Amino acid sequence: MTAIAPPVATAQPARARPDRRRAGWARRAPLLPALVFTIIITQLPFLLTLWYSLESWSLVRPGSQHFVGLANYIDVFRDSEFWTTALNTVVMTVGTVLIAMVIGVGLALLLDRKFLGRGIVRTLLITPFLVMPVAAALVWKTVMLDATFGIVNFLLRPFGIGHFDWLSKFPLGSVMIDLIWQWTPFMMLLVLAGLQSQPKDILEAASTDGARPLAIFRELTLPHLRRYIELGVVLGAIYIVNEFDAIYMMTQGGPGISSANLPFHIYQRVFLGFQVGQAAAMGVVVVIMTIIIATFALRLIFKTFSGTEQAA
Amino acid sequence: MMASADITTAEPGIPTAAPAPVVARKKRGNHTIVGIVAWIAGIVFFFPVLWMVLTSFKTEAQAYTNTPHIVFSPTLSQYRTVFSSGIWPYLANSAFATLVSTILVLLLATPCAFALSLRPVRKTQDVLFFFISTKMLPIVAAIIPIYIAARNLHMLDNIFTLVILYTAMNLPIAVWMMRSFFLEVPGELLEAAEMDGAPLRKTVIEVILPVVAPGLAATALICCIFAWNEFFFAVTLTATQAATVPVFLVGFISSEGLYFAQLAAAATVATLPVILAGWIAQRQLVRGLSFGAIK
Repeated sequence: MTAIAPPVATAQPARARPDRRRAGWARRAPLLPALVFTIIITQLPFLLTLWYSLESWSLVRPGSQHFVGLANYIDVFRDSEFWTTALNTVVMTVGTVLIAMVIGVGLALLLDRKFLGRGIVRTLLITPFLVMPVAAALVWKTVMLDATFGIVNFLLRPFGIGHFDWLSKFPLGSVMIDLIWQWTPFMMLLVLAGLQSQPKDILEAASTDGARPLAIFRELTLPHLRRYIELGVVLGAIYIVNEFDAIYMMTQGGPGISSANLPFHIYQRVFLGFQVGQAAAMGVVVVIMTIIIATFALRLIFKTFSGTEQAA
Repeated sequence: MMASADITTAEPGIPTAAPAPVVARKKRGNHTIVGIVAWIAGIVFFFPVLWMVLTSFKTEAQAYTNTPHIVFSPTLSQYRTVFSSGIWPYLANSAFATLVSTILVLLLATPCAFALSLRPVRKTQDVLFFFISTKMLPIVAAIIPIYIAARNLHMLDNIFTLVILYTAMNLPIAVWMMRSFFLEVPGELLEAAEMDGAPLRKTVIEVILPVVAPGLAATALICCIFAWNEFFFAVTLTATQAATVPVFLVGFISSEGLYFAQLAAAATVATLPVILAGWIAQRQLVRGLSFGAIK
């Protein structure tokens, strides 16, 4: 369980050799293929997107490509659809992450206790995360949430909600139900890892000292879990900001654009509207939004991972 | 049972008071309540999957009732329809893209992770964070140039386009994961090999690989899961020749309200491989998802 990671410093006793340079390249060689490949496939497209965002270009009109400067960005910020879908993105991300995290913490606390069949329950609980997102969305859209034949409405019938049309009355919420269902196990797993890494002797000492369980949870467990919760929130947010599959399968962003987020909106601009320039400008805006979240994420991961290394 | 556990864990010299029987009984009562609540939660979360599988064994008439059939005589006819309706090329494409991209990922990531862990170069941290940062940039912002490049290179609807992109998609995760496994190789082992004057290749093959082999398997499984489930590239860059299983499921969006049972069968076929793989790799899942930050 406790990983004994040799600190990075093992490299330090590099004796001064005449052929140090060659040795340096020999050391670097194994990582170069992966690095070069990643730079070409992932970084080049972003640079091109940045370039396209300064052009007016319609894919269906050959030769329409020309430089327009920042005009696309002005169009984007004037476009009310952009603001609607940006707001949807925020609502969907924040709502999903927070609800999934709250449920995830609860489930992790349950799984941290001993009970009959714990392994099976754990397996049942992680399964939603493993379901192919496209299939999950399809299942929620049809056999679960269908107005007439869905089982959710059947179960709600005793409460007087017999024929609620979830996907057209509550489109963003329906997509979020699917996402929360898929992401709760992720949060649960991270928090559970946190709970299980808690030093047991401190908890036992606190409880023999007569501290009440609630006080132990608030004073000891929660501060310890903070790092894991933060990591879950930030990693979840990065994936959910870019959510596409569920919207495509469940609502196609509709009715209108009421359940479209920015990535889906950009997709429609490119593959249905063929407006490269404007879509690229929106893409750049999304990148900037993501970078803001990612900065937090990187800092957190860095802390977590240097933490484990110090512990060694 | 509890008492014996206490005896074995009790440290010598420290007088650990045996838990009073009252406390033990109260604890056991709590365990029962916790167990019941946890089981209910587990069943609630699993229910949509169970319902999908149950529906897939129904006839369409049984799937379309206001009051759902819980008890019914199962039929395999939906699966027969799905398999005869041309899912095979999609399955083959998915399998090909998943396996080939995973092999490429391991070939690229393993030496890279090695260079970033056991033989760290300068700027190791920078390289590591460069890899992880590529995972955080939205793909949707890259799809335009990728689509245009694929079109100009006549690589649209080509399975190798997906292979390349899935490799790039999973590479950062694999590098981080493999690195966390390499870091677990005991330092003494390496030193001993070095003292013997063994050449690097021999050290890697005979000392390091056996230790990280389980990690290699776990990394491969995680990459397979992500590649198999990938939808965005598949739906934007393929049409008929290279389309994967998720794209096959798109065909069911429009057939709303007609083929629930058949759709459930197709979704089950698409989902089952990953669910099984994930159940096997449960213990490694957290590590993959947190880029190796949490063990």
